[in-house]
Formats: sequence, C-alpha cells, structure tokens
Amino acid sequence: MDESQSDKIVQVKDLKMYFPITRGLLRRHVADIKAVDEVSFEIKKHETLGLVGESGCGKTTTGRCVLRLYQPTSGSIFFSGIDISKIPESKIKSHRRDMGVIFQDPFGSLNPRQSAGGIVGDPLKIHHMATGSELKDRVTELFRIVGLDPSMMDRVPHEFSGGQRQRIGVARALACSPSLIICDEPISALDVSIQAQIINLLEELQEKLGLTYLFIAHDLAVVQHISDRVAVMYLGRIMELTDSAELYDNPLHPYTKALLSAIPIPDPVAERTRTRIVLKGEVPSPVNPPPGCHFHPRCSLAIGECSQARPPLRDVGNGHYVACIRV
Amino acid sequence: MALLDVKNLKTYFHTEYGLVKATDGVTFQVNQGEIIGLVGESGCGKTVSILSVMRLIPSPPGETVGGEVIFEGQDLLKYQANGAEMRAIRGSKMTMIFQEPMTSLNPVLTISRQLTETLELHLDMDRQSSRERAIELLKMVGVPDAARRIDDYPHQFSGGMRQRVMIAMAISCNPEIIFADEPTTAVDVTTQAQLLELMTDLVKRLNTALVIVTHNLGVVARYAQRIYVMYAGRIIESGISEDIFGHPRHPYTIGLLNSVPKLGEKHGERKLIPILGLPPNLIGMPPTCAFLPRCTEKKGRCAKEPWPELRAVGDHHYISCYVDIKGK
Repeated sequence: MDESQSDKIVQVKDLKMYFPITRGLLRRHVADIKAVDEVSFEIKKHETLGLVGESGCGKTTTGRCVLRLYQPTSGSIFFSGIDISKIPESKIKSHRRDMGVIFQDPFGSLNPRQSAGGIVGDPLKIHHMATGSELKDRVTELFRIVGLDPSMMDRVPHEFSGGQRQRIGVARALACSPSLIICDEPISALDVSIQAQIINLLEELQEKLGLTYLFIAHDLAVVQHISDRVAVMYLGRIMELTDSAELYDNPLHPYTKALLSAIPIPDPVAERTRTRIVLKGEVPSPVNPPPGCHFHPRCSLAIGECSQARPPLRDVGNGHYVACIRV
Repeated sequence: MALLDVKNLKTYFHTEYGLVKATDGVTFQVNQGEIIGLVGESGCGKTVSILSVMRLIPSPPGETVGGEVIFEGQDLLKYQANGAEMRAIRGSKMTMIFQEPMTSLNPVLTISRQLTETLELHLDMDRQSSRERAIELLKMVGVPDAARRIDDYPHQFSGGMRQRVMIAMAISCNPEIIFADEPTTAVDVTTQAQLLELMTDLVKRLNTALVIVTHNLGVVARYAQRIYVMYAGRIIESGISEDIFGHPRHPYTIGLLNSVPKLGEKHGERKLIPILGLPPNLIGMPPTCAFLPRCTEKKGRCAKEPWPELRAVGDHHYISCYVDIKGK
C-alpha cells in the first residue's frame, strides 16, 4: 500500500447494508430496508469524522458495520489496511479489539447488576489482556483517565449519575487501548449542563491518547464542534462530506443548507435575521426510496434529471464532496 | 393586566424518600398573545409548574401547597381540580401540547373522534358541524388530504403529523393560552423547524398566548418575546429574550450558554466551559441558593443567607442572585 493510504485508519467503500423484510411462515423475502446504500468514506489517523443526519438516515447502521456488528450486504471496510467485511465471524474478535464503542444510552448500555469496575474490566478479560492485580491496576488507571474516583469501582451503575455513567462507558471503550472509537450519540441522553463535560473529556482523551473518532450524532452544532470533517447523511446515502468549517461557511447540497438553517441557535438577534428553509413533507421510507437522488422530492432545486440517476459523490475541490448535479 | 399571573406557586410531592419540592415559589406572568419560553434542565420543575397551573398534578403523591394562579381574574387554585369550573377552562381556554404525541393521543380512537370530542364538549357543536370544523382544523395545521385522513388512527400518522394533530386539538376551541411542553423534543430538526413555524404562526393569527417549555435554549431564542430560566424548582432569571441571551446575569444562565457548542464555531476554536457538578437532588435542599455548589461566582454571603428573591437588574430583567456580574 502506498504512503497516502497508510494514514487512513478506516476506508469504507460502496458499503451497502440491507435488512430483509420477510412475510409469512416461510419467511418469504418481500423487500429490503435499505439502511445504508453505497456509502464510501475514509477516516484519517487522529482525526474525528462526524456522521450527521436525521433519525433513520443510516448513521448508526454505518457505525455498526464498521464495528462489524452487522455483516454488510456488500462493499468493503478496510480497517488498518485489512478488509474486515469478509472476515468470518469466528475470527473477527482480534480485529475488534482495536475498536471501542460508546453508546447513546448510559442506562441501557451498562449491565445493572455488574459493578462499574467489572464493566470496565470486561473487555480486558475477553481479550485476555490482563488478569489479577494487573487487571485491577489497569481499571484503576482507566477510572482516573475518565475522571472517576477509583474508590467507586465496586458500585453498580444505578448509583452513578447520567454523566458519570457515560464516563464508565468511555472507560470501557478505552480499556483495550483501541486506535478507533465509535461514538454513537454519546451525549444526546445527557442533561445540557453535563453534555459539555463529556465533549471536553472526549477531546482531551483524543489529544492525550492519539485516538481516532467516528462521531455519530444528530445535533449538527455538536458534531461541528468536535469534528475535523463531517459527512451529512440522508436516507442511507452521504449527501455532502467536507471540512467542518467549510460545511458551515459554504454548504453546497440543498439538504445540508436546509439542515443548517433548521438548527435553532441561542441568539435571538442572529435568529431574526436568519432565513429558515422549511422543508416540505417528510423523509420517505427507506424500503421504497425515491428513484435517482433520494432528496429530489423535497428539493427546491430539483429538475427532471434528478429523478433519473443517482448523483455521484463528486469532489468539488479541497476535499469537499457533494452528491448533487445542481450545484 | 396579565392574562395569567402565577405567584409563588409551590407544588410538593410526597415520596418514600422524602418531600420533593418540585416547584418552590415559582412566579411568572403571561400577557395576551405573548410567546413565552420556560427553560431549564430535566427535573428543574418546568413541567410541574405548568401542570400545576392546569391543575393536572396527580394527588397523591403531588400537592399544590401554596401560591396563586390568577387566570382572567380568578384564582384557579381555589377551584376543585376536577370541578366544573376547571373542566370548563381546561381544554378550552387553556390547552396543552405534550411532548410525546404517541402516548398523548388515544391509540384506539380515530383522529376524528379525538378532535370532535373537545368541540362537542366545550362548544356544544353537533356531530356534523364538529366534523367539518375538525377537518378545517387539520387543514390549518397542514395535514394533507385532511378530509380522508381524519378517519385514520394515530399509528397511521408519522411523528411530525401526530404532533400536528395535537396542535389542531390545542387550538380547536380558540384558547387564550397554550402550554407546549417540549413540543419538538421527540422529532428531528427539520420537522422541529416545521412545527415551530406552524405553532408560532397560528398563535399570532389567533392572538393566543403560547408558553414553550423546553431544555433547548435555541428553540425559544427565535420565537419567544420573554424567557424564564428555572433551576431546582425556582425561576432564577427572567427577562426579554435579547437580554437573556445577549446579556445574561445569573451565573447559571451564563454557564448554560457557555456550555453549548454554537453552530458555525470552528473546530478547536473554543473549548466548551461545562457547568461543574450535578443538578441538585430536590429532597432535603438547604435553604441557601441551590446553584451554590456549582457556582463559579459565589461570595461569602451566598453560603450564609437564604436563596435570594428575584431582584430587578434592568428593564424587565430579574435575577435571583446576590452577585452582580456584568454580562458574559
């Protein structure tokens, strides 16, 4: 592999994830939910790639495919140069050790009957990375790293607050010293005043440990704050992918523009001068998406051609990609 | 005179862990046709405040133990919660839009039945005219093909459409005031924009007051004329929207605004300043300011004296704090 590829930790190519809909006793295959429909992107070492979109756009499914929690329908996922999309289930464990995941719900993602120390130590046991006093030392260290008091190790999750629970989730993700962490809506279940604590923690950890993040969220302001580059998804496809500053200063795709203008900002003076693009209608079903560009039925720029063929994600310069034939 | 004048409202809940003072002296006014934002984090007493005004607090365990709720010159707290007077006001002059449109619509009744019930009850309409009015209401809130969809059940509607039905229900009897409790928390941003534009447009046309209860500061910044910020069961700052967002004076409000990422801020441009610590447990609260343990501006006086009353710091701008901070 040449040099330009070695700094890329993840390369996703034409990833497709279809979930079959079956009917009847024989589970006859009648249709597919096209959750992810030919998505390609790369994540460079030590960067944060934000994946943003509305519910049902396929952002979580994409994250889970990268973790190989789902077997993709087609396409390839290169992780550290190896295509993990075709590795059999029995051999995936050693590759997954190098990835961590932080889930959205700090209540549902921690075993309520296990101690916090046990939860954080579990990945180390599973991957046979530490035992006995070595394990305890590592868990103590992880607690310190995420800002929890190691003396709370024997407590169970309900004894912690939401923010502290998410810190346990972060510690667990860090346990095997992974190079990539997939953060799936890590702050959306937290109180407003606590969200900033977790965002700052993630930023500090990235700097200290040289982590790479795939940051999945629906809140564009948060994604933009934490990400180097942002991919905007709509109905299973990437509509626009660019630098996070460029996305705000110079959004090209009509969907990105509408999404940006719909986000309320806490400044009444600025708000009153902003024009808001209110989209018509609703997101169509991923079972039967519109032909051509998925966004064309709601798009103000749409012309006849938009319903004919899928617009390719093309480079318009400086690593700014957009899937639209009208811009 | 204000349309709704809530004074020193206190609603407590008796729980097995002790007395929870969910709202402990909440005071606010709503004028006719005004859009108000009631902002705070979960558990700060926003929902309990408006449920108390509507007399919808389940008792037991809840109990409104003090204060006044003056609506059109009458103190609603003097009425029986389920008495004829309250029932005539609730759902007619005073209505509510709930957060979760799936659980607040009855799944086994058609949209038609749920809309016409209110009309028949409060406006004495007959079947035919109430149905016509219901279709007209659905058209007003932008439900496409209203005449056909009125016979559908809630599960046949999407989340955004269900919330439109809730809005239609709330405006059906030309209310004086609508309370919207986190009306857009369960929907996506682009749907949120649609619903907020719709709601604020309707209340302006009908000259109805709207109280938007939310934890999202951005949601109210665009629409609300005045803002009340709540913390631990009390109003800690109030004022016109430009002052609250442009020149906040309470350390909590300042902290809250500094802790959220702003759209358009470059990556790495600014580190967020979180509010340290946790929101307080509302059982057995000390008499001092509830924000004291998390406050970065505290002075010696704060730990010795009781939670300060609201005081004026500008035109229509009030804070409950001893410390004087000039803007952020």
